[in-house]
Amino acid sequence: MAREDYEVVIGLEVHAELSTKTKIFCSCPTSFGASPNTHVCPICMAMPGTLPVLNEKVVEYAVRAGLATECTISQDSKNDRKNYFYPDLPKAYQISQYDKPLCEHGKIEIEPSTGRKAVGITRIHIEEDAGKLNHDDFGRGSLVDLNRAGVPLIEIVSEPDLRSSEEVDLYLRKLKSILEYIEVSDCKMQEGSLRADVNVSIRKKGAKEFGTRTEMKNMNSFRSITRAIEYEIDRQVDVIDNGGKIEQETLRWDEVSGKTFSMRDKEDAQDYRYFPDPDLVAIKLSDEYIENIKNTLPELPESRKQRYLTEYKLSEKDANIITSSKYLSDLFEGASKICNNPKAVNNWIISDISRILNETEMDPVEIPFDSKQLAKLVQLIDKGTISSSIAKKVLVEMFEHPRDPEDIIDEKGWVQISDEGAIKEVVLKVLENNPKSVEDYKAGKEKALGFLVGQAMKETRGKANPQMLNQMFKEELK
Amino acid sequence: MDITELTVHELQEKLKNKELTSYDITKAYVDRIEEKEKDVQAFVTTLENEALEKASKIEEERKSGEVGIFTGIPIGIKDNICTKGVKTTCSSKMLENFVSPYDATVVEKLNKERIINLGKLNMDEFAMGGSTEYSYFKKTRNPWDLNKVPGGSSGGSAAAVAANMVPWALGSDTGGSIRQPASFCGVVGLKPTYGLVSRYGLVAFASSLDQIGPITKDVYDSAMLLNIITGHDERDTTSRNIEKKDYTKALKNDVKGLKIGVPKEFFGEGINEEVKEKLEEAIETYKELGAEIEEFSLDIAKYSLATYYIIACAEASSNLGRFDGIRYGYRAKEFKDLKDLYRKSRSEGFGEEVKRRIILGTYVLSSGYYDAYYKKAQQVRTLVMNEFNKAFQKYDVILTPTSPTVAFDIGSKSNNPLEMYLADICTVSVNIAGLPGISVPCGVDKKGMPIGMQLIGNKFEEETILNAAYTFEQKIKFRENYKPTFRKGEK
Repeated sequence: MAREDYEVVIGLEVHAELSTKTKIFCSCPTSFGASPNTHVCPICMAMPGTLPVLNEKVVEYAVRAGLATECTISQDSKNDRKNYFYPDLPKAYQISQYDKPLCEHGKIEIEPSTGRKAVGITRIHIEEDAGKLNHDDFGRGSLVDLNRAGVPLIEIVSEPDLRSSEEVDLYLRKLKSILEYIEVSDCKMQEGSLRADVNVSIRKKGAKEFGTRTEMKNMNSFRSITRAIEYEIDRQVDVIDNGGKIEQETLRWDEVSGKTFSMRDKEDAQDYRYFPDPDLVAIKLSDEYIENIKNTLPELPESRKQRYLTEYKLSEKDANIITSSKYLSDLFEGASKICNNPKAVNNWIISDISRILNETEMDPVEIPFDSKQLAKLVQLIDKGTISSSIAKKVLVEMFEHPRDPEDIIDEKGWVQISDEGAIKEVVLKVLENNPKSVEDYKAGKEKALGFLVGQAMKETRGKANPQMLNQMFKEELK
Repeated sequence: MDITELTVHELQEKLKNKELTSYDITKAYVDRIEEKEKDVQAFVTTLENEALEKASKIEEERKSGEVGIFTGIPIGIKDNICTKGVKTTCSSKMLENFVSPYDATVVEKLNKERIINLGKLNMDEFAMGGSTEYSYFKKTRNPWDLNKVPGGSSGGSAAAVAANMVPWALGSDTGGSIRQPASFCGVVGLKPTYGLVSRYGLVAFASSLDQIGPITKDVYDSAMLLNIITGHDERDTTSRNIEKKDYTKALKNDVKGLKIGVPKEFFGEGINEEVKEKLEEAIETYKELGAEIEEFSLDIAKYSLATYYIIACAEASSNLGRFDGIRYGYRAKEFKDLKDLYRKSRSEGFGEEVKRRIILGTYVLSSGYYDAYYKKAQQVRTLVMNEFNKAFQKYDVILTPTSPTVAFDIGSKSNNPLEMYLADICTVSVNIAGLPGISVPCGVDKKGMPIGMQLIGNKFEEETILNAAYTFEQKIKFRENYKPTFRKGEK
C-alpha cells in the first residue's frame, strides 16, 4: 500500500526547563554554561542524609503553563519517585509525578493546511532534570556533571492527536511560544531547555486501533523533528508493507545519516517502581492561589495576533510570524512605539531579520539588539541619514558586532550623502563617463536612468541619497 | 566520685558549682572508653583527642564568661547521623571511608550548645537489624552480659550509655531501634513523634518511619536532650512547625488519674514469662501511684509487623539506590561495564541483611505486586493509625513490653531473619502510626538482664509519656538497684 493509505498518529512528550532562579529541591542556581559541578550542593549531589524541599516557584510556573493551555489544575497533587540507575541520576530516582499531576485535560489550537484543530494536552507535571555525562573528552571513562541535576522541568504530554509532521511542527512552535509568553521557560532548544520525545505510529485509514508506536527521545530542533518523523513514517510503512511488525522500542535519530536506530532492546524494559516520595508532603493548592495566578497571566499569542490585525493592520501571515515568538513580538511592539512606523518595523522583522535568523539557526531570543536599536535603524532611514541598502548592511553589523546603529554608521562612514553640491558633482561625472546611456535615455529608454543611478551609487559606495540622485539625473537630462 | 556514673543533670550541677570542669568530665569519659571499649565495642570512630582539645578550649571560655547550660557536656552519636569532617559509616563497608560534607540538623543543634562529640557509635548496617550484629565493623556487646547482644539497631548508643562510656547518646528509631536496645541495656530510650525532630542529615533507611531520639541514663536527661534536638527545620518538609517546649517542665512525679491502657495482644503468645511478670509488677506500681489502668484490645497491631516490613523495605530499596559506587562510597575494583560496576559495588559493599531488605523492597514495589503489597500496607497503616486514635480518646498512655524478650545471645538469631524480625513486634506499630514511645527499665530477670517497659503517647504528647516514665523511675529507682556487671554469662 502507499503511504497515503495509512494514517499517521503522533503524540509528544515535551520537556521544558523552567526559568526559576534556583533548582527544584535545593537553592543551587539553574543558569546554563557554568564549569562542571559548580552549581551543586549536598542535596542535588544526593549526599547521604539530605532531603528535598520543593521550590514553590516551580509549582507556580507549572500552574501558569497549565492555565495557559486550558488545563484543569489539581488542588491535591504529590511527588513520586521514579527509580532507575544511571550515573547522571545521583539519587537513583527522579522525583517526578505519577498518578496525580498538577495539570490535566488541556488543549492547544493549531492551524495546519488541513484546517484549524485542537490538540489535547493529557497532563503537565513537574519533575527534576538529571545531570550530564561527558563521554568523549577524557580518554578512559566518562565524567559526570551534576550542574543540571535538579533543574526544574515540566513535562507536557499531548494526546495522540497529531496526524503529520506539519502538525507536530505547528504544535511545538505554538507550545514554545506560549511558554515564552508566560515566561516560565526560555525554551532555548540548542541548550536543551526545550526537548521532545516523539511517539509515532501508523494505522490503516479508518482503523480504530492504534498501531504499535516507536519513540524518539530528546529531540531538540524543529528541523530534525520533521525529518525524523518523515523518515520514521516511511520506515514503518515499509516494514508493514513487507509483512513485518513494528516493534515497540526507543529510537535514536541520527542527524548525519538521516536515519533512526534502535537504542534499547526490549529485555531492558524498565520497571520504574513509582511510589509516593515520603520525603515530601502533598501539594495542596487553594482556589485563591490558582485564581491569583490566573489573574497575572500575560496576553497570549492568539490574542496578540488579533490585536496586530486591527491595531497595526498587519497581514494574517505577518501577524502569525511575529506573534510566534514573544521576543519577536516584543521587539515589534517596542520598536513600533518608539519610531512610530510599524509598517517598516514589520518589514524588517518579516524579511531581513527572519532571513538572518533562518540562515544562522538563531532563536529570536538570541537576537543581540533590542527594540530601541531597531527603532533607531528605522528612524535613520526615515530621516534620510542612511539609505535602505546601507541599512541592510547596518543590520548585519548589528547581528555580528552588536552596538548602536549610529555608532556603526559613524565608524564605517556610511552616512548618506544628501548635500546637493556633492550629489551634483557625482551626477555630472557619471553623465560624462557614460555618454551611451545618456543617449539611450534621451532615446526613450527609461532603464538607462537606473543604470546611471547605479553607477552613481557605486561611485559613492552606496552612500548617496537615491531619491536625490534620481531627481538630479532627471533634471540634468531634460 | 566516679564522674561517668553521673547523669547529665547531675553533671550540670557539678559544673555550675565548679566541682567539676568540662575537661574533668571529658577526660573521665575518654579514660572510661579506653578501659571498656575492648569489652563493649560500642564505637566505630572515637574522637578522644578532638574531644579533649575542645574541652580545654571550653574551660578557657568558662573562665572568661558566661556559657550555656550544656556547654562542655560530651555525647556519643549513632553513626548514621552526619557529622562534618568525621566519618559517617552507617556501620557499612559501603561507607567505610565516607566523610559527610555537612552536619545533620541535630548535630548543628548539639554544636550550638557546645556539646562535645566523643565519637560515632556502632549500629546494624544502615540501621537494619535488632542486635547490632549486622555491623560491618564489629559486634557490640551488652554491658550486662558480654555474651549477649545490646539490641539494635542503635546498639552502640545504648551499650555506650549503659557502660558509662558516654553520658548520653543520639540514636535513630525506624521500627524500635532506640527503644529495643535501650530495653536490652537497661537505659532510657525515646522515639519522638514523627516530625518532631528534623531528619536532615540522618542517612535514610525508611523516610516515613525514621526519627532521631535520645538514649540516656534517666528520664530527666531524655527530656533535656529532646529539648535540644526538637524544632522545625526548613530543610525537612516532614518536620512539623510547632511551638518549642521545655519537656523537663512536664516531669511532675505524679500520675494520679492518668489513664493507662494495656493492650492485651502485647501480653500474649511469644512474650517471655519473666518479661510479662515484670510488666505486671509495673502495672501494679502505677496503680499504687494512683493511675487508672484498663486492659483493652488493639487487635490491628498483629498486622503491624508485616505492614512495617513492606513499607520500610520499599522505602529502603529506593533510599539506598544512591549507594551506587559512582560519587562516593565503595566501588568495586574491577568491572566490565556500567552494569557490572553497579552490580559488583552493591553486592560487595552491602551486607546480607541490607541486600535482603533491598530485594524485598524492590519486589513489593514492582509493577504487578505494588497493589497487593505496598498499597495494601499503606491501607493497613491508615487502619493502625485509626485504632490508635480511638485508643487515645480513652487513654493518655498505652503500656506494653518494649521487647518480647531480654537480650539474647550473640549469634543466636543472626542467621534467622524471621526470628530477628519478631523482636520488633512490640515497637513497630508506634512507627507505623508516627507516635512517640519511650522505653524505661522496669526490672531485671533471674539472670540479671534488664527488662524494658514501653509507654506510647498520642502524637506530639511526649510530655505525657515522659512524666509517666519519670514518675515510675522515681518510684522503682532502677539505677540505684541494678548496674551492668560486664560479666561473661554462660551461653
